[in-house]
Amino acid sequence: MELFVFVVAAAMVLGGALGVITRSNPVHAALSLVLTLFGIAVMFVSHDAQFLAAVQVIVYAGAIVVLFLFVIMLLGVDRTEDVNIEPITVQRPLALIVSAGVIGIVIAAVVTSRDLLGRKVGGLDETTLGSPDANIRQVAREIFGNNVFAFELTSVLLLVAVIGTVLMARRVKSGGAGK
Amino acid sequence: MSSLLAVDPLLEGGLFWTPLFIVLIKVLVVFVVGLVATMLMVWFERKVIAGMQNRVGPNKAGPWGLLQTLADGTKLFFKEDLIPERADRLVFRLAPYLVLAPAFLAFAIIPLGGDFRDGKGGIVTLFGHETRLQLADPPVGVLFALAISAIAVYGIMLAGWSSGSKYPLLGSVRASAQMVSYEAALGLSLAAVLLVSGTLSTAGIVDLQSSVGNWNIVATGFVPFFIFMIAATAELNRPPFDLVEAEQELVGGFNTEYSSIRFALFFLAEFMNTITMSALIVTLFFGGPQPISIGNTTLDIPLLPNALEGTVWLLLKVLVFLYIYVWFRATLPRFRYDQLMDLGWRILIPASLGWFMLLAAQRVGRDAGWDQAVVTLSTAIVLIVGYVLLQLAYKVSRANREKDGASF
Repeated sequence: MELFVFVVAAAMVLGGALGVITRSNPVHAALSLVLTLFGIAVMFVSHDAQFLAAVQVIVYAGAIVVLFLFVIMLLGVDRTEDVNIEPITVQRPLALIVSAGVIGIVIAAVVTSRDLLGRKVGGLDETTLGSPDANIRQVAREIFGNNVFAFELTSVLLLVAVIGTVLMARRVKSGGAGK
Repeated sequence: MSSLLAVDPLLEGGLFWTPLFIVLIKVLVVFVVGLVATMLMVWFERKVIAGMQNRVGPNKAGPWGLLQTLADGTKLFFKEDLIPERADRLVFRLAPYLVLAPAFLAFAIIPLGGDFRDGKGGIVTLFGHETRLQLADPPVGVLFALAISAIAVYGIMLAGWSSGSKYPLLGSVRASAQMVSYEAALGLSLAAVLLVSGTLSTAGIVDLQSSVGNWNIVATGFVPFFIFMIAATAELNRPPFDLVEAEQELVGGFNTEYSSIRFALFFLAEFMNTITMSALIVTLFFGGPQPISIGNTTLDIPLLPNALEGTVWLLLKVLVFLYIYVWFRATLPRFRYDQLMDLGWRILIPASLGWFMLLAAQRVGRDAGWDQAVVTLSTAIVLIVGYVLLQLAYKVSRANREKDGASF
């Protein structure tokens, strides 16, 4: 059963990922991304991390990709692109090298630490899983207890990002001349 | 692996034929009840609005026109199904189902009955198995409803985009902006309920609201309920927030190019969503299937087992909210788009955030044994200062915009 769920979810994730890079229509690519995100949510559920699965769907599928689509529709770039035209000529060979490098690093990491794969390091405390709210309690203890400093720093970072975006989006007028 | 299948006591200890059978029956019942309820809801809405506007309303098909929706549905089935030439065919076909599926899925977590008295927690015995009268009780509980309502945006958005025409696109861009904006207010007022209940599970939330004084609408201090109600109306794209399908401006909104059964699916989903949202409001704020009881007196329906009585109470409570939604539609004029965004971002989100902080402060105060009055008063002062600062910020930004020559 667990293997079956894994295979289906992995097929969703990989199929979606392939769709993102192969579909020439941006809206179709965004929808493929949703498929990938759902696959990841299924993976989370099968590892008893239901809270993360829900957050994955609410935040990524429900807000972020919706905003992607929103921008695509608003800017009117929703037409099929001709992928044979290359604006920057070096980017394709460069992308090939970088992706080969990333795959190499991941494989190397897996090979060197394969003894650790089966072992459980941290993560979910499985003894409390019987209680329905075990998930959210543990996540809350982890974030607001053990890692509260990092959490607060992240919130400051996000605030800075929001203020920066607002500043950049504002058109600065000199002397209030008006338009 | 057992936790994959939610914490329903039915599904503990492996799957056998009887539990599987019970689950199948539950799925079928929820589906059929959903469809029939939607059919009746369309009739109910038309009839009530007709009454409010001094008309007769549907009265030909069946007694009191009850079968009007069935007749309309049959008609829609046999109409010609059009796909516009410039449409994105795949997405155009997919979109109605993306609207319909979330409408049905969200219904799965609503406790539809069961006996919540005397600490029984709504668990009933069916064919010798303990279960709940709800399709699923996942550990994430209410967050599931939030996730579903987040997903529901896709159907409307893609329907408008894939039509390949201007008005549907405008309608769907409006829709997505509106739904994403109000989702924040919806989630924050929901968080107030979760803070008071201390659990995510819908059955658990219902279980805690044993009498009217314990209902979450009282326990959260009324404000989250009103915010949730307004945000839910906006999420449902119902009047006065139905800018998505503002006929006067957009021909018909996101579903302009749809005809025949595909249009019927949108229609169905819209009414189904109204029912689901009403049931969710009842579950979160009004004790769901719990009977109405004040103090120690409980209104008991005689001759009915307590578990079924829960279903009757849920039905009555949901009917009240369905009536309120119809009432909204009959009385309130549509918002202007900028008013809609102002209400969402400037009033509902700050208000729900402030109220959430107030509730959290009281909670912390209670745990630490501080004086509740002092805690409430000091939090209120902080919130008022925050509100004044926010208003000042609005004023400054408005002055700046006017200086730049903007006219709004």
